[in-house]
Amino acid sequence: MEKTIIEINALRKNYHIGDVTVHALRGVDLKIKEGEFVAIMGASGSGKSTMLNILGCLDKPTKGDYYLDGVDVKTLKKDEIAGLRNQKLGFVFQAYNLLPRTTALENVELPLFYNNKVKARERKERAIAALEAVNLADRMHHMPNQLSGGQQQRVAIARSLVNNPVVILADEPTGNLDTRTSIEIMDLFQNLNEKGRTIVYVTHELDIARFATRNLLFRDGLIVRENAVTDRLFARDILKTLPVEIIEEIDE
Amino acid sequence: MSYKNLLIIAIRALVRNKLRAILTMLGIVIGVASVIGMLAIGEGSKRSIRDEMSSMGTNLVMVMPNFQRRGGVSLGSSSSNALKMSDVTALRSEAVYLSAVSPEVRASGQVIYGNKNTQTTMYGVSEEYLGVKKLTVSTGRIFNANEVRSMAKVCLLGQTVVDNLFEAGEDPVGKTIRIKSLPFLVIGVLEDKGESGMGQDQDDMILAPYTTIQRRVAAINYISGIYASAVSEDKSDNALVEVEEILRRTHKLKDADENNFRVMSQSEMIETMSSITDILTYLLGAIAGISLLVGGIGIMNIMFVSVTERTREIGLRMSIGGRGQDILKQFLVESMLLSIIGGLLGVVLGYIIAKVAGSLINTEAFVKTQSVVLAFVVCFGIGVFFGWYPARKAASLNPIDALRYE
Repeated sequence: MEKTIIEINALRKNYHIGDVTVHALRGVDLKIKEGEFVAIMGASGSGKSTMLNILGCLDKPTKGDYYLDGVDVKTLKKDEIAGLRNQKLGFVFQAYNLLPRTTALENVELPLFYNNKVKARERKERAIAALEAVNLADRMHHMPNQLSGGQQQRVAIARSLVNNPVVILADEPTGNLDTRTSIEIMDLFQNLNEKGRTIVYVTHELDIARFATRNLLFRDGLIVRENAVTDRLFARDILKTLPVEIIEEIDE
Repeated sequence: MSYKNLLIIAIRALVRNKLRAILTMLGIVIGVASVIGMLAIGEGSKRSIRDEMSSMGTNLVMVMPNFQRRGGVSLGSSSSNALKMSDVTALRSEAVYLSAVSPEVRASGQVIYGNKNTQTTMYGVSEEYLGVKKLTVSTGRIFNANEVRSMAKVCLLGQTVVDNLFEAGEDPVGKTIRIKSLPFLVIGVLEDKGESGMGQDQDDMILAPYTTIQRRVAAINYISGIYASAVSEDKSDNALVEVEEILRRTHKLKDADENNFRVMSQSEMIETMSSITDILTYLLGAIAGISLLVGGIGIMNIMFVSVTERTREIGLRMSIGGRGQDILKQFLVESMLLSIIGGLLGVVLGYIIAKVAGSLINTEAFVKTQSVVLAFVVCFGIGVFFGWYPARKAASLNPIDALRYE
């Protein structure tokens, strides 16, 4: 039996906008085991992004329990939660959120700066290894504006990998990308998942959700459907069928 | 986060935003430089006025007759006949804190040479006068004791008088000029002294033996004043007391009587002048303070804007594990680096400004350590505070709010 990485019980999240209280999550129960590849789906406003932000410890639940890798997040102080984000979580954003005018290598190194145990030499080695894992070792001295959207997202994925997290959380990772690049990113995720990474991502595209092993459908702050993916897509196979010329990305 | 990592992160962030860093630094540089420059010019002109006053002899002691009152009406000091030659004699023989004493008898009138004439002041003095007033003879000689005793009709001319009476290039020594219809032999010319600190022409004068002026020109039996040298500058206060004692005795003043003379020292006058130039320094300091304030507001603005526009970066740093204090420290180190580098550049620039401006207005600008420290500390404080304050706000945000910040 695999280890449970994420366990949440009766999780609620309310927002106060003026006098109005918005119930973004209305009591969610969820378990994610090590090695799973989960896609969270739902229309906008369904609470899926709120869910991911809470999973990523970027936001706090109003009520309910969240155990991340056996740790009760509720009991932690702010700085300890920052430590949790640093050591156990990798976050990938829709808008990449790379530091501008900073090389890919330095962007990937960034999380390790906040980890005192990692020395300068190890920091660089691990960053290079992470860039190799996303096939961008040859672009490590490029600035974000010299990289295509797909490459930027791969740098962001390398950054989320570099601290060897227990789970990678991705918020609409393909939202800003064209179809082919989206599939390439999913290919990367599938490869990482095959090597044992636990990955949770949010998407509103049905096709993109089919690359995962399990789908969760959110509606009005509740999980309304939960199913294992039966007709799973494999990015590797799809890429073979697509014309090659559009992969030529801007050089230098 | 270790200090080494902190420094690397801060330096990378500064390099990433070179232009913004330079603009912030510029505010600090200008603020520091203007304060240092202004205060240096103020201090420099203060010192140059002081030096000029000192060149007249810091150990100078002056005795003037006091205002004479008759029935409550002040007749002015020059009308007083309170000082006599016997006072000079008494001071010469009794005062231990005085090294030289000279009477001064003033008379003014028309001076004629050939077809030219001019109005000037004649000072009847003894031969010690040149030493006391730090005057020097450029050509010719000073009169001797014999000529003083015999009321010889000899004189020395100031440069302005020479210019007014003689053709350019003509040597006045040996010529005879007429003062109030009396013929005087010019035996010397005084060194050019220029204007005094008060703007008075110090060369518009004729020196002659006091006996001659007293008897032959002015026909009076009193003297206008006494000029003396204290043995040293720090003894001039003792000299003042001593002179007052001796003169009260020779004037036979009772304890209840007011002095009918005034004793002043040059150091007192220097103090008076200093208080005037202090005002100048304060004024420049106030202007400099305003530029420091404006510079500070500039620093404040750019720091504020910079932190605000970097809120997303702060959000990202928090999302990958940066703690609030890590973010805060990073911004603190960034603003400290900017303030230190800007401050040092400002000190150098201020020094250059002071030297250049000083040479333009012919004053040796003087950079005081206090003004450097003041300017540096104020700019540093403003820079660091306004780097820290908005960063603290941003670092206290929820990571997700910082990330979504527009």
